[in-house]
Amino acid sequence: MMNTSKNQEVNVPIGSIISGKWNQKQYLILRELGSGATGTVYLAKYDQSKVAVKVSRDTLSITSEVNVLKHLSKVQGKTLGPSFIEMDDWVTSSGTVPFYVMEYVQGESLFVFMRQRKDEWFGILLLQLLGDLAELHNAGWVFGDLKPDNLLISGPPPKIRWLDVGGTTMVGRAVKEYTEFFDRGFWGMGSRRAEPSYDLFAVGMIIMNYAYPKRFDKKEGGWTQLKKLIDRNRILGKYRPILYKVFHGQYQNAIDMRQDLLELYSGKSAAKTTNTPTGKPAAQAYQQSQSGRAGRTQQKKIKKRRHFMETVLIFIFLFVFYVVYLMGQTL
Amino acid sequence: MNKGTLRQILLITDGCSNHGEDPVAIAALAREKGIAINVIGILSQNEAYGEHGLKEVEDIAMSGGGVSQIVYATQLAQTVKMVTQKAMTQTIHGMINKELTQILGDEQQMEDLPPEKRGQVMEVVDEIGETVNLEVLILVDISASMDDKLPTVQESLIDLSISLNSRTGNNQFSIYAFPGKKQSIEKLQDWTPQLDTLAKTFKKISTGGITPTGPALKEALGLFSDKRSKRKLLGDYDEYVEESGS
Repeated sequence: MMNTSKNQEVNVPIGSIISGKWNQKQYLILRELGSGATGTVYLAKYDQSKVAVKVSRDTLSITSEVNVLKHLSKVQGKTLGPSFIEMDDWVTSSGTVPFYVMEYVQGESLFVFMRQRKDEWFGILLLQLLGDLAELHNAGWVFGDLKPDNLLISGPPPKIRWLDVGGTTMVGRAVKEYTEFFDRGFWGMGSRRAEPSYDLFAVGMIIMNYAYPKRFDKKEGGWTQLKKLIDRNRILGKYRPILYKVFHGQYQNAIDMRQDLLELYSGKSAAKTTNTPTGKPAAQAYQQSQSGRAGRTQQKKIKKRRHFMETVLIFIFLFVFYVVYLMGQTL
Repeated sequence: MNKGTLRQILLITDGCSNHGEDPVAIAALAREKGIAINVIGILSQNEAYGEHGLKEVEDIAMSGGGVSQIVYATQLAQTVKMVTQKAMTQTIHGMINKELTQILGDEQQMEDLPPEKRGQVMEVVDEIGETVNLEVLILVDISASMDDKLPTVQESLIDLSISLNSRTGNNQFSIYAFPGKKQSIEKLQDWTPQLDTLAKTFKKISTGGITPTGPALKEALGLFSDKRSKRKLLGDYDEYVEESGS
């Protein structure tokens, strides 16, 4: 009944068939999608369609997770997390293994997606994320373990989706699953009580992570360290007022933060900076592509110059040799 | 169901006991008293898993109905929290399974229920985990080899306090170190609801090579019942005063 925690991982070889004891459905395991603290997620085939199957030895946490997924699919309107399909037990020779099946969300993780896109996409995805968070919060839940790895960009058209809802917690309870870098408790800037401002802090840290792709270690911690890092970074310049507010817990809900971001991306910045009507990010992007083109022509020029230098050098060498040869002859 | 108070001892050590009673036996005793024992074994940076004699870590937790984990010092904060929470859930799960067996008979447990029903039971487990009161006595090995790990231990305990105090239920923490100067354990922090700032940092105590894990655990067990009976006495006394006053 009470066992000490053992390795929760269950290794399911590719090509095996997981069959449920209660619902009698069979899933063909295609490949591993990822594994976390509570179990391993596999891509599987059921009836010609692809699904994601999470397998774990830890009945308790997997059951908790299913509860969350079910609640989320009850949130009306948008699909917030991956939609839940079913939960079952797989009877194997080495014991019963609980598993659950959910929708397979296909896409790229946030920062992989951003690698090939221009800056303004990041803003759009943030707006989408905050909109979804607002709905989740209104339904009485907090995401908890919010981080780039848990965000997937599906589409086209690109749309931000949540991948792992294992940390999702009822408002008012304690957040149990989180990642230190994105956790305000870790930075000494608040509790781990599930409230909208907890998620918004993590959104702030996602912006920080965007500016510091390698992240950073906790040194003195707290606002002192974060403030330094914000003020020092060029990308974060425009986000500064929003980051100041969010790290001080001054946004009561996701809508307020979204509103500030929306203003940042549209009206205000256009007036401040360039004469292009599309606003700052687009102007920047334009400049970037311009400089890209300029860069290429410059490279060609450098190549030409190098050829020229080579010829000159060869002539000089030949001349010197000739002079030495002549001197040798005369001596 | 009476929610009551969950009691745990969290033992943080980096080695094997080599003095006094068998800690695995004391852990079994603790379990009989309804106190779960969790153990975290800390590895040094250049140490590989399984290299050290940390099997005892697992044995103590198994015997004490708790959770064990062996980690490097850098992962300590996450682990302390995870182990404590897991042990809480495990204890509650155990309580609920007992009730289920009583209601349903035939040794029926949560795992035997269809997934749908299981989810409903799990909601109750989560709910209790959120609201139950918790007493954690933290027992830290301060033998010479732990010296450089103590600042990390301290930080992770503050972190644990942040996590647990985000729950609805009440918490009480206390910290003891072993081996102590005169007794087998030494008090660093009396029962307190919050470990925001640790008044006393771990003192550097240069001891010989002894690690009396067994005796330390035994004494820690006494600290729970002591406190309880004292509280009861105090409680009774208060009531008496109030009555005579009115």
